[in-house]
Order: sequence, then structure tokens, then C-alpha cells
Amino acid sequence: MDSALIPEGAKRCAFPKFALGIAIVGAVVLWGVYAMGLIWWKGLNQTNMNDNYGFALWIWADLAVIAVGGGAFFTGLLKYIFKVDELKNIINFAVIIGFICYSSALLILAIDIGQPLRGWFIFWHANVHSMLTEVAFCLSCYFAVLTIEFIPNILENRQANKVPFFHHLAHNMHGVMAVFAATGAFLSFFHQGSLGGVAGVMYGRPFAVREGLLIWPWTFFLFTWSAAAFGPCFTLLVTKITEAVTGKKLVKDNVVHLLAKISGWMITTYIIAKIIDTIYWATVTVPGLGLDIDHFYSNNAFYGYWILFTEIIICGVIPGLLLIMKSTRENPTLRLLAIILGVIGVCLNRWVMVLQIMAIPVMSFDTWALYIPSWQEVATTVLPVAYGIILIAVTYRYLPVFPQEKELNAVQPVTETE
Amino acid sequence: MFPFNFEWVWDMAHVIFFGGFWYAISILGAGLTYCILKAAYDTFKGGGESHHHH
Repeated sequence: MDSALIPEGAKRCAFPKFALGIAIVGAVVLWGVYAMGLIWWKGLNQTNMNDNYGFALWIWADLAVIAVGGGAFFTGLLKYIFKVDELKNIINFAVIIGFICYSSALLILAIDIGQPLRGWFIFWHANVHSMLTEVAFCLSCYFAVLTIEFIPNILENRQANKVPFFHHLAHNMHGVMAVFAATGAFLSFFHQGSLGGVAGVMYGRPFAVREGLLIWPWTFFLFTWSAAAFGPCFTLLVTKITEAVTGKKLVKDNVVHLLAKISGWMITTYIIAKIIDTIYWATVTVPGLGLDIDHFYSNNAFYGYWILFTEIIICGVIPGLLLIMKSTRENPTLRLLAIILGVIGVCLNRWVMVLQIMAIPVMSFDTWALYIPSWQEVATTVLPVAYGIILIAVTYRYLPVFPQEKELNAVQPVTETE
Repeated sequence: MFPFNFEWVWDMAHVIFFGGFWYAISILGAGLTYCILKAAYDTFKGGGESHHHH
């Protein structure tokens, strides 16, 4: 019934099957919207945040989606500025994933600030000494960039593209996309960095604080670097999941190998920097503040050295090595393992840099403060995931997202669906 | 946000923060305006139906 909207030559499942899938995921969205309504109606008392946890599950989710959404800016930078032309075959999807991640981040912030009607105060009455103000500025502007990058793909829908104005607009936007991509890379560099900078300038929390360069602590650079390194892993992972769900090959192997290789070298160089940072912090910074590294990994039920080992070795060194070696990178199983480990690694890093910081005792009379989120926090964190699945399903069905799909899935030149 | 807001101060922090902010907004606005105006021009001119782009 919707075959006129489906890209020419593409084969999609029957509309009732598609609608059923959307309805099932839509139920999860409704659950999240209900929880969001409760929080907006009754307030932040619906959460388990407290004096120890002003930053909690939402801020972790926020930082995690922004990190994995970094695939959009980095792939855009490679495609439009460094002219890595093969990436044109995955850039549309990278932009859609980025759009989902950043709109999710803004949605989570709109819930987290407690009074969303005053959200515009951060612009109007900006605190120009706050790294979080810089994050808000860059995040909002970069979301505008992602929207601009997404628009041409929407206008290339089979019906929309028949409208001459839309056809020309999409063409013209492609023509100047390098300007938007460069602006996006500039904005991403600063907001990814400032999210890390927030932790690095917490002078009262020895677990987080770092030395740095001028006004920027090392965490500033590590966050930007890790987003550029692990973001493409998430792009590849979601592409793989989409291929599995649709039962089709959507991107050629040479494109996947190239992005995986770039990601592998970025991860490897990042993890070397991260190891150096951790050793310096453990042997110079922490003793200089009168503490011992054991203080941060003992005397509690959850945070032990296992988390440091998992983040750096299992989810950092291993995926980096797997992706830089040709034999393992071109092995589909090992590549998938590497990108899954990479995505877990960057999410774990953000967890440590948000929640472990909050858990560790600071004063001599403090104890570890562990935290379990309320169901409302969980529901509103799952909400963006369900929304992302729906948006990917809709865009895949109606937009020419994957330029190589037709070639890779040679079907008869008809547009009727099953 | 604007120099006419009561809390605005002409110091380095405001100039850097809002300079960067308005610079980015201006680039995005100018780029988008160019695309829209050129699309309108191309549409009225009636050409360019054979564009192939990705």
C-alpha cells in the first residue's frame, strides 16, 4: 500500500509486517513517554538521584550516545574534508545514527533539567565560565548541522524528489555539504572535549581531576579522541544489525574494512594515550593529592580493578589490535567482536567518568555511595533506543539510505512489495 | 545572549563564547539560505532535471 514511497528497485517487507514491528517498538516508546510525563508532572522526585548523584543514569546515557554518535562527525570529516570517497556509501546512515543520538541526548537533557520550560535560559542567561554552557551551545548547533545533513536524504525520497524545488534543494545542499561538515567537526571537537573537560576540572574529586594543556585537562582531548575512535564502531555495529534484520547486504566489504581500519588506528592511538594518562594519574596526580589508587577500587560492592581492566584492555587494546590487523579485521566474526567490544568500552568509559566519580568517597567521613536508578529513569533511558529503532526502520524503508543496496541485492526492476 | 541583555558584559569570556556561537550559527544560516535561494532560482529557471548526486 505504500509502494509508491519505497525507493525504486528496492525490496521491502509487506506493510502490515512493517506496521506490526513499529507498533511493538512503539509500545516501548509509550512506556518511556509515560515515565517522561510523570517526571515532568511530578518532578525529579521520580528519580533516585540525590545529593551524591546530581549526575546519574541520564547523564551517562547522554555522554554515551554523544560518544557513539561521534561516528557522524568523524565520518563526515573523512568524507567531505579529507575526501575519502568510499565513505559516501555509508555517510547517509552515519548521519541518521548521529541524528538519532543527538536528538536523544537533547531529549534526555530536556527531562533531566527538571524545568524544561526554562531550557532556553542556558542560551539567554548563559554562564560563560561553564564548560557545560559550551556543551549546550555546541550540542544544539551540531544537532542543527546533523538536521541539515539529514535533509537531502529525506528530499531524495522517491515522491519528494519529484518536486523540482526539493530536487534542486537536495542537489544544492550536497554541493555545499563540506561547509556544514567542517562546521560540524569544529562543534563536535569542542562539545565532545568539554564533556570530558567537566570531569577533568573537578579539583575536589581526585578520581576525575587531571592536569592538561592551558585551560583544557587531558580528559578534554581523550573524550574527543575516543568519540572519533569508537563512533565509527557504532556506525558499523548498527549497519551490521540492520543487515541482519533486513537479511540483506547493504554496504560493500571494502567500505566496511576501510572504516574499521580507520577506527582501529584511532582506537589504538587513543588507548595508548589513555594508558599513559592513567599511569601518570595513578603515580603522580593521586599520590600528590595524598591518596592511593586502591582508594578508588576497593571497599565497595561494585567498583573494583575489574572495571579499569575491562575498559582499557578488553574493550580498548583488544578491539584496537583486532581492527588494525588485516587478517582479523577482514574476518567477519572477529570484526564484529571488535566493534561490540569497542562500543561497550566507550560506554564503560563514560560510566566511569560520570557514575564512579560520584560513588567514590571524597571526605574522610564519607562512604561509597552506590546508586540504582528508578524505573522512571530506566524507562526514559530506553525511550531513545526505541525511538532510534523506529526512525531507522522508517528511513530504511522510505529513503535511499544505502547507495549500494540495489547493486548488492540485484532484484528484478519492479517496485511492488511482497 | 545579546549585547542588549541586562547581564551582558563586554569581556573576553562573552566575546569567545558568543563569538563562536554566532559564528557557527551564521555559517549554518548563510549556507542554508544560499541553498534555498539557489534551489528557488533553479526551479524557476526550469533546468537541472538530470542531476545525479549522492
